[in-house]
Amino acid sequence: MPDVLVLVDHDGEHVHKTTNELLSAARRLGTPAAVVVGTPGTAARLEETLARHGAVRVHAAESTEADEFLATPAVDALELAVRESAPAAVLVSATADGKEVAGRLAARLDAGLLIDAVDLDSSGVATQIVFGGSYTVRSQVTHGIPVIAVRPGSFEPQEHPEEAEERRLVPPPIDPTASARVTARRAALAGDRPELTEASVVVSGGRGVAGADGFRVVEELADALGGAVGASRAAVDAGYYPHQYQVGQTGKSVSPQLYIALGISGAIQHLAGMQTSKTIVAVNKDPEAPILGIADYAVEGDLFEVAPSLTREVVARRTGG
Amino acid sequence: MNIVVLVKQVPDTAAERTLSEADHSLDRESADLVLDEINERAAEEALTLKEAVGAEVTVVSMGPDSALDAIRKVLAMGADRGIHVCDDRLRGADVVTTAQVLAAAVRTVADVDLVLAGDATTDGQASVVPAVVADLLGLPSLTHAREVTVEAGGVRAERATEHGEATLGAPLPALVSVTEKINEPRYPSFKGIMAAKKKPVATVDLDDLFPDADDTGFLVTRTRVVKAVPRPAWTAGIRVTDDGSAGRRLVDHLIAQKLV
Repeated sequence: MPDVLVLVDHDGEHVHKTTNELLSAARRLGTPAAVVVGTPGTAARLEETLARHGAVRVHAAESTEADEFLATPAVDALELAVRESAPAAVLVSATADGKEVAGRLAARLDAGLLIDAVDLDSSGVATQIVFGGSYTVRSQVTHGIPVIAVRPGSFEPQEHPEEAEERRLVPPPIDPTASARVTARRAALAGDRPELTEASVVVSGGRGVAGADGFRVVEELADALGGAVGASRAAVDAGYYPHQYQVGQTGKSVSPQLYIALGISGAIQHLAGMQTSKTIVAVNKDPEAPILGIADYAVEGDLFEVAPSLTREVVARRTGG
Repeated sequence: MNIVVLVKQVPDTAAERTLSEADHSLDRESADLVLDEINERAAEEALTLKEAVGAEVTVVSMGPDSALDAIRKVLAMGADRGIHVCDDRLRGADVVTTAQVLAAAVRTVADVDLVLAGDATTDGQASVVPAVVADLLGLPSLTHAREVTVEAGGVRAERATEHGEATLGAPLPALVSVTEKINEPRYPSFKGIMAAKKKPVATVDLDDLFPDADDTGFLVTRTRVVKAVPRPAWTAGIRVTDDGSAGRRLVDHLIAQKLV
């Protein structure tokens, strides 16, 4: 079977879960081969995890420049890996960085690009959810080596131990007049909570939360459920919660197992960002709120009564076993 | 300075959007078309720079006849001239083709210092066109910027994504894509709207942009939709009115569904 290249998401020490998901996805199409782009020594630290999740080959593109420039080192490494191994497909995570790499790679290869795949079959047909869940579309690449950005959380990571063979990739040096340099990095403010787009539970607050202080109710429920916190645009615009947590058309799209909307009316732009959630729970005082009409479980009531009671119940059941 | 702003006309997100039965492309007939919100902020950023450091601002859009409205709006906001790429052969263009065409349109503008774009449009949301345009033009791409500073010969951007924040720097010329948090776009004034009618807009097609291309056919898309299924209508879920027990009943339900 031909190789399927997987671009590895990592922090220099650990492989991100999204990569293990991609390795699962890659096995449907061929033989998973990982591409590690990082500073010298990175591939050796990641190899064991990659092999355990099914990588038969690990292509290491290591250089001191790997962290200094945005996206270009990964684009260059993948382009070289594609030319050397003629894979059946290239998979990347559909994160901001991953999509950027995928687009640039597809253009250089004159290849078809599928963004935000949530499923893949063995013939390479990808399922995508477009217009914020209004349509499910199945698409395939008709020209060039398929470059597919897979939405985080769409595949289960599976252990599938292999003996990984390591290969070196030596991409050309980076042209500093054609690449953006990263001069400083600051971690996301998420703290201990899972990343919004990857969380299996998301609890979001809207204008009904009525202030920044009110978001504590949202956070407490999220923490009880081990979930991430989101916010509607109305709540973000009102200054109740930071922008990076905005769920919706102009914010992030989420697709968790459980989405709990507190005090969110359900404007179409918000629905676009969350309506692919597997189960939707909504709490709203306004019986006419559109979100109550699409929720799997709708509570007409005061979120400041319902959410704390829900939090207490969850904590009690967990600790009570 | 020469600044090029890339904008797109999209269906209004405040209305339902549908795909045509015939070829699964966006049904523009039934859509209310507007200048994309995030692109409008890219235009605002260009005009702010024009006021701060002096610049000639060219607005570029690819799309059918109606896309001229999006260009006119940016001209009314204060841009100097427009380029409208309009060609029926581009219907259904994929990301790669779209970026190739936009890159070719940017190349027709002499001595470009900065290309600005929105970091995503609200229709496709692929969020990759700006970076691909930059790659094709050999420019550094500073994407997802929530703040942009142009300084001697270079550009700096504060980047915000789901994995945190970063400061990016690059020499000019460069491409910057902005997030919706970068600014509040201005409203065109009446004077601006009147002036926009007199501003030059060049309409170009594929033959203008790629005069040396052979005529074996232009590759519009490298992907094919096999099937498109509208989401099934919402079915009513469980609905309760809180009488003090909703929290407990909800937990019971979530446990039964194995969600907690």
